[in-house]
Amino acid sequence: MAIVEIEKLSKNYQMGRLNVAALRDVNLTFEKGQYIAIMGPSGSGKSTLLNLLGCLDRPSGGCYRLGNDDVAKMEDDELSKIRGQRIGFIFQSYNLIAQLNVVENIEVPMYYQGVSARKSSERAKELAELVGLGDRIDHRPSELSGGQQQRVAIARALANDPLILLADEPTGNLDTQSGGEILHLLDDLNNQGKTLIVVTHDAQVAKRAELVIHLLDGTVERIEHNGKGN
Amino acid sequence: MNWYRFRQTIKLGAKSLWMHRLRSTLTALGIIFGVCSVIAMLAIGEGASQEAQDQIARLGSRNIIIKTIKPPEEERPDAQGSQMKEHGLTYADAEQFKHTIPDIQVVVPQRRLMQEAWYLNRKIAIEVIGTIPWYTEIAPVDLYQGRFLNSADLNYRQKVCIIDEEIFNKLFLFDDPLGADIKISGDFYRVIGVASKLESAAENGGSEADSSGQISGVAGNVYIPLTTAKQRFGEINLQIGTSGQNVEKVELQQITVQVKKTEQVLPTVEILNNLLSRSHKKKDYQIVVPLELLRQAAQTKKIFSIVLGSIAAISLLVGGIGIMNIMLATVSERTREIGIRRALGAKRRDIIFQFLSETVMLTMAGGLLGIVLGSLIPFLVTYWAHMPTVVTGSSLILSFGISATIGITFGLYPAYRAAHMDPIESLRHE
Ligand SMILES: Nc1ncnc2c1ncn2[C@@H]1O[C@H](COP(=O)(O)OP(=O)(O)O)[C@@H](O)[C@H]1O
Ligand SMILES: [Mg+2]
Repeated sequence: MAIVEIEKLSKNYQMGRLNVAALRDVNLTFEKGQYIAIMGPSGSGKSTLLNLLGCLDRPSGGCYRLGNDDVAKMEDDELSKIRGQRIGFIFQSYNLIAQLNVVENIEVPMYYQGVSARKSSERAKELAELVGLGDRIDHRPSELSGGQQQRVAIARALANDPLILLADEPTGNLDTQSGGEILHLLDDLNNQGKTLIVVTHDAQVAKRAELVIHLLDGTVERIEHNGKGN
Repeated sequence: MNWYRFRQTIKLGAKSLWMHRLRSTLTALGIIFGVCSVIAMLAIGEGASQEAQDQIARLGSRNIIIKTIKPPEEERPDAQGSQMKEHGLTYADAEQFKHTIPDIQVVVPQRRLMQEAWYLNRKIAIEVIGTIPWYTEIAPVDLYQGRFLNSADLNYRQKVCIIDEEIFNKLFLFDDPLGADIKISGDFYRVIGVASKLESAAENGGSEADSSGQISGVAGNVYIPLTTAKQRFGEINLQIGTSGQNVEKVELQQITVQVKKTEQVLPTVEILNNLLSRSHKKKDYQIVVPLELLRQAAQTKKIFSIVLGSIAAISLLVGGIGIMNIMLATVSERTREIGIRRALGAKRRDIIFQFLSETVMLTMAGGLLGIVLGSLIPFLVTYWAHMPTVVTGSSLILSFGISATIGITFGLYPAYRAAHMDPIESLRHE
């Protein structure tokens, strides 16, 4: 079953009088449970694509179907809802909220979906346990290492049991050791059936993905099919 | 937005305000002082006006005061020197009022003279008021000791007097005043009563000698029978001024009449004016209507309160601008957090509500503290500056309402700004 279908997707940025085409006529289809890596040189449109997939931005043209919904033309409020319910973001710089502790950070997406306090704190603790931070639930982000922060971010991304997980260079700020641990965690999630879309420069990541999309100047240069990784 | 979300938002707001305690406190100070000054200003305004109204009410709202004044043509310096000038209210006037105007309940003629009173070797300046027993009808006389004048005193021209507390304090110190004799203009008067201070010459503003500026610093009033005053002091008043000798004859310095009902005051004034304009061609009288003064005082109070209130409201406005300033700074400081929240599913209205709740909490807290402080300040003003103040419930509600409105108004724009930032830009923000 295709959960992501994009057709002739394009994105233009207006820079003064200059019109920059960040994406041009991109067609892609992802199946449920796939591990997808997006690669390409800097400025090739990776982040732009990921932002569109994550409904943080609207395309200049084309279609985008996520699950059963056509999200390309949705209003701001509807996009917020889609982001909260269907998408889990994992950022290069973790993006935890500094004044909240581990559990509270994991609770944020549930809070915006109106999950009750009791339920959300229960689930947040479970998720903290899952990513191996069960003993750190009341720590602030500043009291955690980079790898630990990224685990919290992954737990947070899983909070509302999203359709797809989007990660932009999730290991970019980490050393090889903790980067490896994060990749392991992502592997586990994929093995449990989560669809992963990861932007990366890292050959380690690409090796694990069953689909590697190579972007160049805003277009899909080629798609590499790997046998299911590890 | 359900109750749970509401509570969570409040908790979140309180948390972030607490994280920036110093900043929150400084911001709230603007509102605290604003609310404080609104309440204090209104309390001072209200106090001042009530005091004025009390003073006027003490003159009696059913009273009409007719005073003798110097007729305009006699104000000119007279080179002729010694010359008898006769003017002012007369006993005949008083009789006429009593007999021709049925609405009048009581007519109280008064003779008022500036004199010196002696007791033993002590001397003070006083105003002698020669009047009749019914004086107590037109002015509340609180007797500490003894009694007021009676008909017998009047009929037999007794040399008795009632002194007020000021005079008692200054002349008698520790002696028992009742039965003592004080000397006024060569005659001894027996003290038969001590009354609370009723009206100062300045307040009444009225006796002729007073308006001529001859005396100031009158310690208090001494009441004697009108008949005695007529006999002892006569009606001739000799003044030696810069323009030479000035002899004038005045029968009564004041006639106070009291009508039965307040509605009758203005019609009666009309009638009095008619009567007097016929019998006093020289315009040597003046009619004072306490009721009218009362109305004017109410009007003045309104203007006074509006002016004070506006000044204070400006300081509230400044407080509001301070809040907006801080909230804009907060929003730009937390741009990244806003981006994160938007990425995780926050709608624009969630962000608006988050920031608005912070400003509203800040102003509410400031408003409440301001109310507490603002209710205390008037007490201090009264205590230290002896100014009367009245804190009214409506001023509390008003100032709190204004501060809440300011909080919402000035919080709205920063919250709107926060909600309409592009999530991608916000996430990129350092
Ligand atoms: N907000 C923006 N405004 C203008 N141009 C942009 C914006 N975001 C991205 N671009 C341009 O779009 C192209 C693709 O950018 P991006 O998707 O960030 O590339 P990548 O993530 O692969 O490095 C680049 O040329 C970049 O300059
Ligand atoms: Mg990028």
